[in-house]
Amino acid sequence: MNDISTSGLIAADRKVDVDAIDAGIKILVENLDFFYSGKQALFDINMAFPEKRVTAMIGPSGCGKSTFLRVINRMFDLYPGQKATGRVVMDNQNIVEPQVRAAVVRSRIGMVFQKPTPFPMSIHDNIAYGIKLNERVSRAEINERIEWALTKAALWGEVKDRLHTSAIGLSGGQQQRLCIARTIAVKPEVVLLDEPTSALDPISTAKIEELINELRSEFTIIIVTHNMQQAARVSDKAAFFLLGRLVEFDQTARIFTNPREKSTQDYITGRFG
Amino acid sequence: MSDVAVGNLSSAPASRHRGFARGEQASDIIFRGVLYAAGILVLTLLGLIIILLFQGGLPVLYAFGIDFFTSSAWNPVTEKYGAVVAVYGTIITAVIAVVVAVPAAFGISFFLTEVAPPVLRRSIGTAIQLLAAIPSIIFGMWGFFIVVPLMAAYVQPALASTLGVVPVIGTLFSGAPIGTGILTAGLIMALMILPFITALFVEVLESVPPMFKEAAYGVGATTSEVFTAVSIPYGRTAIVGAVMLGLGRALGETMAVTFVIGNANRISASLFSPGASIASTIANEFPEAAPGSLKLFALLELGFLLFVLSFIVLAVARVLVRSRLET
Repeated sequence: MNDISTSGLIAADRKVDVDAIDAGIKILVENLDFFYSGKQALFDINMAFPEKRVTAMIGPSGCGKSTFLRVINRMFDLYPGQKATGRVVMDNQNIVEPQVRAAVVRSRIGMVFQKPTPFPMSIHDNIAYGIKLNERVSRAEINERIEWALTKAALWGEVKDRLHTSAIGLSGGQQQRLCIARTIAVKPEVVLLDEPTSALDPISTAKIEELINELRSEFTIIIVTHNMQQAARVSDKAAFFLLGRLVEFDQTARIFTNPREKSTQDYITGRFG
Repeated sequence: MSDVAVGNLSSAPASRHRGFARGEQASDIIFRGVLYAAGILVLTLLGLIIILLFQGGLPVLYAFGIDFFTSSAWNPVTEKYGAVVAVYGTIITAVIAVVVAVPAAFGISFFLTEVAPPVLRRSIGTAIQLLAAIPSIIFGMWGFFIVVPLMAAYVQPALASTLGVVPVIGTLFSGAPIGTGILTAGLIMALMILPFITALFVEVLESVPPMFKEAAYGVGATTSEVFTAVSIPYGRTAIVGAVMLGLGRALGETMAVTFVIGNANRISASLFSPGASIASTIANEFPEAAPGSLKLFALLELGFLLFVLSFIVLAVARVLVRSRLET
């Protein structure tokens, strides 16, 4: 029953010494409720996201996992009528408090969306944009940072000769990697990925997953995914959501081999979805 | 010719070998013909209008030649006519209107799409639509009886004592504050094209996918930064188009301008001074132009000029839109 580490199914290509439990806590969520104009979408969420680990959030559509992401980086602020109560603590600060500046939260907790969202400007400017918003840096430094971010995002080789052409001309997979580069160029501590591969083909998906593996050493990553295999492949810990509630949160290996809750078991084995 | 109803499929198994009807369905042929006619009607009308205006103005071109376009005379007694004053007035008032209306339209449309709470959004949206529904002549009367005295008493003296003392642009805001004139006409016109441009801007801004805006917010942008970095670039082609359409409207605006522009046939460096636009000249002089008179031909030629001017604006809009798309 506790024989998780021998499971060949999980994380076969990854070092097994990753112990999510031992990692520090990056974000602590306490008693979080969330409402869409009066309708409750999240119920009393309590969980801790380990630092520099990948946490996957899984669950059927409408279970609140994307909503949860949008709470964490205050994206819900943009829409009147959406309200969060409870605490999301990062650096001893409850970041869902309205007094905390949303723009700052979002620069420390970056987000990549379901569909690639390149800005209508050149590849270079796409990445420079976020940097310039948050820091005063020289042109040389910006260029350096752009190269760094694009290299991190495994895109540098493909675009280094056309940095000043429009980002719209890139393929879907490249656009998504550009968006990841743009997000990490701001040097956030946490990166939220909202189904980052759902609009991509298998090859691009594989590249993004590889990328996530690369980034885990520097960033705390929270990924929402509908793809069970993906969650199993990339994450250290996994959280299963159902109807706005956190059902189970544990090491990924355990969630996928030996879940405690029956509904988790049913979901990961595809008995409902 | 093709009476194979869908219902037959199930009821008659024998119809498996009924073959296929050939040729086009009659109803489709008729429908397409009607559509063609509708499309060609536009071309015909446009062509006829151009021809009529051009022909109507020809006698003036015979009489004055190219001088008509360079002369600022407008004297029915000596029968000397020139287009410069009217063209100048038309362009200047339209430019003032656009310069004033576009920033306001940006503000209103961004407020409505991004910032306003739903209650305000609806009421302001309705108010703007109502503003667009006010007939031009009412703007004219309101402009003449309310705005002109206000301009004369407060706005123009204030402008003269502030912007008027600045070198270079100072001349634009100097002169007697009499109320009627180019500036007032431009401002009234700005109000008139404001709803129009705003409505177009709102449409543009609403068409920006929320995900793009969120992406910008996601790297720490503030509302105004999202506006300038995402919303405007995303919709810039449509925005340029909207501004040009507004300019086109302003060029042809007649009644309100006629009321407040002062209708003086002269060009002055000051925006306070009265002037004339093509449309106001035509509206003022047409009733007094005898059939077959040189004046009538001059007015028709002015109409042709206005048409060409609007056409150029549209053409420039298209070029701008295209060149920006490529970068």
